[in-house]
Amino acid sequence: MARLTTTILLATALVTTAACSKKRPEVLPPAPGEAPADTSGGYAGGGATTGAVTPGSSEDFKRSVTSDTVNFGLDQYDIDPTAREILDSQVVWLQRYPNVRVTVEGHADERGTREYNLALGDRRANAAKNYLVARGVSPSRITTISYGKERPIALGSDEESWARNRRAVTVVLN
Amino acid sequence: MKRFALLAPLLLAAPVIAQDVPPTPLVVPGQAAQAAPGQPGPAAATQTAGGPLEVDVTGGISAPMPIAIPFMPAAAIAQTPAGSTDALGRQLAEIVTNDLRNSGLFTPLQPAQLRTVMFPEVQAPAFSYWGGMGAQALVQGYIRANGDGTLTVGCYLFDVSAQTELIRQGFVVPPSDWRRAAHKCADMVYTRLTGEGPYFDSRVVYVSETGPKNNRIKRLSIMDQDGANHRFLTNGQSIVLTPRFSPNQQSIVYMSYVGRVPAIYVYEIGSGRQRMVVQNVATTFAPRFSPDGRWILFSMATGGNTDLYRVPASGGTPQKLTNSPGIDTGGSYSPDGSRIVFESDRSGGQQLYVMNADGSNQQRISFGGGRYGTPAWSPRGDMIAFTRMSGGFRIGVMSPNGGGEKILTNGWHDEGPSWAPNGRVLMFYRSAQGRSGKADLWSVDLTGVNERRVPTPLDGSDPSWGPIRP
Repeated sequence: MARLTTTILLATALVTTAACSKKRPEVLPPAPGEAPADTSGGYAGGGATTGAVTPGSSEDFKRSVTSDTVNFGLDQYDIDPTAREILDSQVVWLQRYPNVRVTVEGHADERGTREYNLALGDRRANAAKNYLVARGVSPSRITTISYGKERPIALGSDEESWARNRRAVTVVLN
Repeated sequence: MKRFALLAPLLLAAPVIAQDVPPTPLVVPGQAAQAAPGQPGPAAATQTAGGPLEVDVTGGISAPMPIAIPFMPAAAIAQTPAGSTDALGRQLAEIVTNDLRNSGLFTPLQPAQLRTVMFPEVQAPAFSYWGGMGAQALVQGYIRANGDGTLTVGCYLFDVSAQTELIRQGFVVPPSDWRRAAHKCADMVYTRLTGEGPYFDSRVVYVSETGPKNNRIKRLSIMDQDGANHRFLTNGQSIVLTPRFSPNQQSIVYMSYVGRVPAIYVYEIGSGRQRMVVQNVATTFAPRFSPDGRWILFSMATGGNTDLYRVPASGGTPQKLTNSPGIDTGGSYSPDGSRIVFESDRSGGQQLYVMNADGSNQQRISFGGGRYGTPAWSPRGDMIAFTRMSGGFRIGVMSPNGGGEKILTNGWHDEGPSWAPNGRVLMFYRSAQGRSGKADLWSVDLTGVNERRVPTPLDGSDPSWGPIRP
């Protein structure tokens, strides 16, 4: 029991750390629960492009948010201002579709050892998840998975490719 | 169990061989097990007349020992499920030749260029011929098909200039294990002449790789240490990573993404059955058996934090061993099971730490520049191998207290060393820079000079070298 408590406290501490690692968001996260339909505003985009897309679908998510992917610095897992903006756009969409569940995939670049990178990918996925939760998305809607360095999107062995591969990707579970 | 019964004849082989050797007045049956006329003296780099024939394992690279391993004659030409005995006799010599050459400590003469040894000559070598060929040591042997379907392979080691037999062993094997007899023969020669432990009769589990860098197909695979008897164990539908043998070699623990749930599985080699080790928890990875086989050490990531745990190998409740807010992973037991070396980034970057097996007394041991990961405790206990990351990724070794660091390789990305059973050779994987990202298996010994590619049918990573086979 003592062990369990420690784990929970530690997890809480990490959530706090991740949330505090950068400045507090200027705008308070919207209240959890139902998402008002009238806030859709800019995310609906042009009617022509969204016409064929099922609302609440994976396709809808990708078209509606700034990006499904946030990137990280070398060996880092903090949510920087660019990542915050991206995740904020995901929060808006997630609150519009409160029944949709997502998984956040954490990835690392090839310049790390395999097992450490699995742990690092887990850190990144959780950093993104914790931000979404801090902004009001229910943690029960978000799972995480780490792929370490197993699934790069950029194939080069250069700084640009590595930067693209250090990422957390939010994937809608249909 | 079945496997053990299969191998039992091999254990009995040495006594059996005394009656199996070709008839000659020189044979004294009681002498068969350990015939060593020259007393084993201290390691000497050079062989003086009448002195002991020894290979200096530290200087061996600069002066490897010339050795002759002629084709092994058959007692009688016979067909076996593994081929005809005369063909097997040639291949046995080639396997012994290959093993000894790969050790870097011998320069074997080409078997095909050597005289044909007739069956009666096996125990009475033509020493003057071998001396004239420049061989210091001579390995002769024979093969015979037995009435019960087994094969007997006799293996003799001679000191050419002293004109004496140093040691002999015989091996009785089922035809399917005929290559093992050659590896056992090479191990006998290697241990007698170097004083090091055997390692040729051993297997490797690793991850076979194919396909593009962003969608690599990975299959759990097993093979002999020389690449023979290769077999795929999983079909590649799920990513598999970081396999390790159990101490009794009957199972493999590894990580798989079956059902998109990254978790630890145990694969029973005999039956092909698999089971998940820890159910319904967060991501588990980096599994290793304890040396007594009772525990599985592993890492678990929960909420962004990774710690080391252990769980009974049969399943049960995990026990937490580390409690730092950083990433603690890559554990490896000392051979006596009393301690664990692991990596942690609690100080900032990855570094190596040693602790007691219950998690107490955690001490950092690596302090060089850059980062250190993937520690592997030598089966001899005297060293810890690792990946050092400072610019390139290189394989190195240090003592368990952190002293005597030595870097052994110089690839762009060398990672994940695994020890041969004798603690003198390491296998690791090397990734290519660029879009191919191809990885393959390599071995290197403690001199750092004898680096070799390990043959695999496809690409390969995450090698784990198993113990010497019984």
